[in-house]
Amino acid sequence: MNLKRIGKISYMSLIYGFLYFPILILIIYSFNDSKYSFAWKGFTLNWYHQLLDNQELLEVALNSLMVAVVSASVATLIGTLTAVALYRYHFFGKKVLYGLIYILIMSPEIVMGISLLILFIALSMPLGFWTLLLSHITFCIPFVVITVFGRLSGFNKAIIEAAKDLGASEFATFRLVVLPMLMPAVIAGWLLSFTLSMDDVIISFFVTGPNFQLLPLKIYSMVKLGVKPEINALSTIMFVITLIMVIIAQSLLREKK
Amino acid sequence: MRANPLFSFKWFSAGLIWFWLGLFVLVPLLMLLTASFLQRGETEFVKFAFTLENYQRIFNPIYLDVFWNSFYLAAVTTLFCLLLGYPFAFLLARVKGNYKHLLLLFVIIPFWTSSLIRTYAMVIILKTNGVMNSFLQWLGLIQEPIQLLYTPAAVVVGLVYSLLPFMVLPLYATIEKLDTRLIEAAKDLGARNVRIFWSIIIPLTMPGIIAGSMLVFLPALGMFYIPDLLGGAKALLIGNLIQNQFLSARDWPFGAAVSIILVLVMSLLLVLYYFSILRNSNNRDKVGL
Repeated sequence: MNLKRIGKISYMSLIYGFLYFPILILIIYSFNDSKYSFAWKGFTLNWYHQLLDNQELLEVALNSLMVAVVSASVATLIGTLTAVALYRYHFFGKKVLYGLIYILIMSPEIVMGISLLILFIALSMPLGFWTLLLSHITFCIPFVVITVFGRLSGFNKAIIEAAKDLGASEFATFRLVVLPMLMPAVIAGWLLSFTLSMDDVIISFFVTGPNFQLLPLKIYSMVKLGVKPEINALSTIMFVITLIMVIIAQSLLREKK
Repeated sequence: MRANPLFSFKWFSAGLIWFWLGLFVLVPLLMLLTASFLQRGETEFVKFAFTLENYQRIFNPIYLDVFWNSFYLAAVTTLFCLLLGYPFAFLLARVKGNYKHLLLLFVIIPFWTSSLIRTYAMVIILKTNGVMNSFLQWLGLIQEPIQLLYTPAAVVVGLVYSLLPFMVLPLYATIEKLDTRLIEAAKDLGARNVRIFWSIIIPLTMPGIIAGSMLVFLPALGMFYIPDLLGGAKALLIGNLIQNQFLSARDWPFGAAVSIILVLVMSLLLVLYYFSILRNSNNRDKVGL
């Protein structure tokens, strides 16, 4: 091994170390049997047990799960239809729509958060479950569109033409030909939407009401009061869920190659 | 087409997305713009009377300071991400073998992981009796724990930590597509490495550099919880200012005006991005690629 190669490998390791070291520490300390000290006092599952005993936290977790499942499902439905429409048809404002989807991904979340807040107040909708749900669907849609569209671009158009020639209607072509081929990307889009919804802080912060808490907002208010082993345990659980979802999504998206 | 023109699959799909984005993106954005020109209400959130006062207030030295501070921190964050991320993305794009996908996956995972949790992990590292202080003491570099948390440096470290994957991924995408024949041609014509880097590699990867910078710079201005958790009360960013106006000070029109500035900055960067892509494809046409 020459010096240049060693340099390259150590630089990459350094960056990976930077990305993962803090998370690793967080996970390790969620098993540490000490409330305040940094020193290692032995392995414990105590903090995880405490989470399970915390009735309020469980309720908040259930809220988050419900919002994430419903918003991921609706966003996947709308996003998939949009990706297919963008791929197959020409319609008014198609290019604008395409640009808008990309801008939405890049735009700062805080702007979407407050503009949705203004909308909901203007419509005098009570802030809570429904406003959160509508907001989460909105910020998940663009991610589903680009995930599904990415797979569509690799498609052989002749298959769709063949279905048409054999007399299939537009909807039948979608349901029987396009959708089955798209399925891995659709599932990946759902999983990514789910993690986005589960982890969102900024937009939820503005459109939530006093009677409906979500997990990240709860963690935020807990973290403001300081470092606690229970938060380490809760964060570890959330990290592992994200990890699993992203790994499944990525392997689904890679399958086509 | 055989389908009923009034209710075809095509019009259903296109109509649905336009309806959704219209109602939940365009209308709210227009309302935000409108609110930024209205007066603050006594009982309601806004009073329907036109004013430019909200924008004039931005030039108040207190708020200009916030803007300056905010842009400065976001720019420093973007610069660090670029300096750390560019060589990394370059090396990653040049990796050969099966484990390349695995290496890429390890960049994608933090991209999707909650940045709140990652910020919290940074708190554990930087706090007074935390990992970093213990490590520095063990090395003998410091005798007593030093203040790392609640400093502007901690905010930058937290922002870089959270946003680095957002820089690496677009850079990786453009570097991966880089036509190596151009580099070889330059080498054959006798260009030195420095020249190749500045005249060929940098211009060709410019769209990735701008896209990555946007994905770092814009969120860095708005992620209010990072300065909140790592910077204490000292570091007030645009995101914190907006959040305060909407939730504590209850001055929605002013908060809206500040957000519109954020939208304008984004539009400016988008225009830059568009032109960099345009120039890039023009250059390709010129050399016949």
